[in-house]
Amino acid sequence: MADNMNKFKNLIAALLFAPALALAAGADVKLDRAPIDETDQASLQRGARHFVNYCLNCHSANYMRYNRLKDIGLTDQQILDNLVFTGVKVGDLMRVAMDANEAREWFGAAPPDLTVIARSRASHAGSGADWLYSYLRGFYRDAERPSGWNNTVYPNVGMPHVLWELQGEQVLAERKVQGAGFERTEMALKLDKPGKLSPVEYDRMVADLVNYMVFMGEPVRNDRKTIGMFVLLALGLLFVLAYALKKEYWKDVH
Amino acid sequence: MAATPKEPVQFRGAGPLNAPISGLLTWVDQRFPLMSLWRDHLSQYYAPKNFNFWYFFGSLAMLVLVIQIVTGIFLVMHYKPSAAEAFASVEYIMRDVPGGWFIRYMHSTGASAFFIVVYLHMFRGLMYGSYRQPRELIWIFGMLIYLCLMAEAFFGYLLPWGQMSFWGAQVIVNLFDALPVIGPDLSTWIRGDFVVSDATLNRFFAFHVIALPLVLLGLVAAHIMALHEVGSNNPDGVEIKKHKDEKGRPLDGIPFHPYYTVKDIVGVVVFLFLFFLVVFFMPEMGGYFLEFNNFIPADPLKTPPHIAPVWYFTPYYSILRAITEEFMLVLAIGVAAYVVLIWLTARDSRVKLAAAAIGLVVIVLMKGGPLALDAKVWGVVMMGAATLIFFLLPWLDRSPVKSIRYKGTLFRTALTVFVITFIVLGYYGVQVVTPVGTVISQIGTLLYFAFFLLMPWYSAMDKTKPEPDRVTM
Repeated sequence: MADNMNKFKNLIAALLFAPALALAAGADVKLDRAPIDETDQASLQRGARHFVNYCLNCHSANYMRYNRLKDIGLTDQQILDNLVFTGVKVGDLMRVAMDANEAREWFGAAPPDLTVIARSRASHAGSGADWLYSYLRGFYRDAERPSGWNNTVYPNVGMPHVLWELQGEQVLAERKVQGAGFERTEMALKLDKPGKLSPVEYDRMVADLVNYMVFMGEPVRNDRKTIGMFVLLALGLLFVLAYALKKEYWKDVH
Repeated sequence: MAATPKEPVQFRGAGPLNAPISGLLTWVDQRFPLMSLWRDHLSQYYAPKNFNFWYFFGSLAMLVLVIQIVTGIFLVMHYKPSAAEAFASVEYIMRDVPGGWFIRYMHSTGASAFFIVVYLHMFRGLMYGSYRQPRELIWIFGMLIYLCLMAEAFFGYLLPWGQMSFWGAQVIVNLFDALPVIGPDLSTWIRGDFVVSDATLNRFFAFHVIALPLVLLGLVAAHIMALHEVGSNNPDGVEIKKHKDEKGRPLDGIPFHPYYTVKDIVGVVVFLFLFFLVVFFMPEMGGYFLEFNNFIPADPLKTPPHIAPVWYFTPYYSILRAITEEFMLVLAIGVAAYVVLIWLTARDSRVKLAAAAIGLVVIVLMKGGPLALDAKVWGVVMMGAATLIFFLLPWLDRSPVKSIRYKGTLFRTALTVFVITFIVLGYYGVQVVTPVGTVISQIGTLLYFAFFLLMPWYSAMDKTKPEPDRVTM
């Protein structure tokens, strides 16, 4: 029983500290797998809400129209009532008012457009979703940074931890790792002051947000896979016909 | 007065419509070589009956060309060739143009598919000696198509105006910088600016959508006309025209239409299955068909840490990176050894002297102290030479037989090593530079050139098997 409990604790610890391992690995970050489901409309809708609440103040999504959210099960009226705060039309693009030059002064860099961020952050280390999921859970207090925040996945990033009220404050602390016949210390993230959400709730929230950003990167993604199934099926049938035709014509060639 | 009118065309097969269709075809045929074109290139073009798997890729290359042109036309309807609007217009195509994503993914996948089928088509030529007499011109037209295709792909890659578009173009145009005397002016002239910019984008757009497609279509026509003049080679590498029946038809030939049209349809369906598998399910192909970094708009102030060209250029990129200052000595020794080889084996004393003179100049330019050119220049030269050396193949192969089926161990080994080398060079071309990677690329570079430059010797020494008189099925 106690043994099981320990295993469980280890598992939780591993999950919590996984972004910290990314730091140890340096440039070749080890990313956490984003637990997302692209067909989960409730998750996508929650993600869209988080996106307009927390991201769409500094970051634009200049290639994404609000009414494209109809693809995740919302109506024009629902979008206007719940997700459009700037008084624009529902067919408008998700623009922001922040001036890029001012932003550069405040943060050291202009916040990038997020429309296709999930596609651009993919690498051979993991998908763009994995990167975003790890990044948004990798902020920690760092007094040496102008914003007071640093990040394990994106060291010295200009962006402050916008979601700190929800996650709480993490710090980077030494921890001992014990294995079979070795013991070493490494730097790991530790939740110093809890936020409004529990760690599990916070991870869930970030997963929804990332799920939405993956959708926004390529809204047609689910449709194209559905269409693709039919196209391949049709080509499979065509193959049978084409092959039979060829056999028929070629039966007298020896 | 008009010349003797041609025989009326008899159309059979559409029942009650036979008479009007025959009338129409006759009318056209008396004013345009309709029936003779049809006969010469399809219904009475005799192709060897023993084509195997490798013979699908010629017609597939034509199919991909058509896909690229048709999807390209639709993309141009919505794309904006301007540095300020290009990236956004591509996303507009992906989101707001109905079916735009489908057209764009077909075009981006088509670019890679083009190189896959062309590389396989070239490999077929290498295996069965399709470049040998009397098909030298087919091979040369084909190689010109390949060069044209590389230029087409390079110009097209700038158009999405992402980070890799921008920095890829920057790196490649900067190569011209290395050339002595004219280099810097030449690269500025190509860009139309001191960095890759709106001016560069506009001219690359012009080359990509008008200039090169025109040249490409002309070369494809020449490639096929030359092919139909001499007839197709086949996996046995023997001429089917040597054995004809009383009507003058090759005994081992079958009319291209209907036999190879119905066969190629099978190939087309299988190809389209794989093609659409990528288009619909993995359009990025793990970052190899659409590079991840290219979803970031071009930023002249932010150099990506790792700039890799698209996969189909990487073998040559590896050769470019392999030519380092330390490697120049190896290259110079290689040139000297090659001159000695020619000196010892050539019968004509003029050949010996010419080889020695050229070799001396090259060695001086490689390692001759103040006269030596920079390693960077040699990198560009070697990369160019690696693509151009294919042109010499018809005159390098001295084997008495054409097909690999009857060539001996030496040629088979050389071709196998060459293919492995090409793939390994391609692999290291996408990797970050490491000391081990550089050494492997350098060995690969030597093997790459050895395949061609030593061919006159190993292909002549090779122990070949006798060719059959007729083709084998």
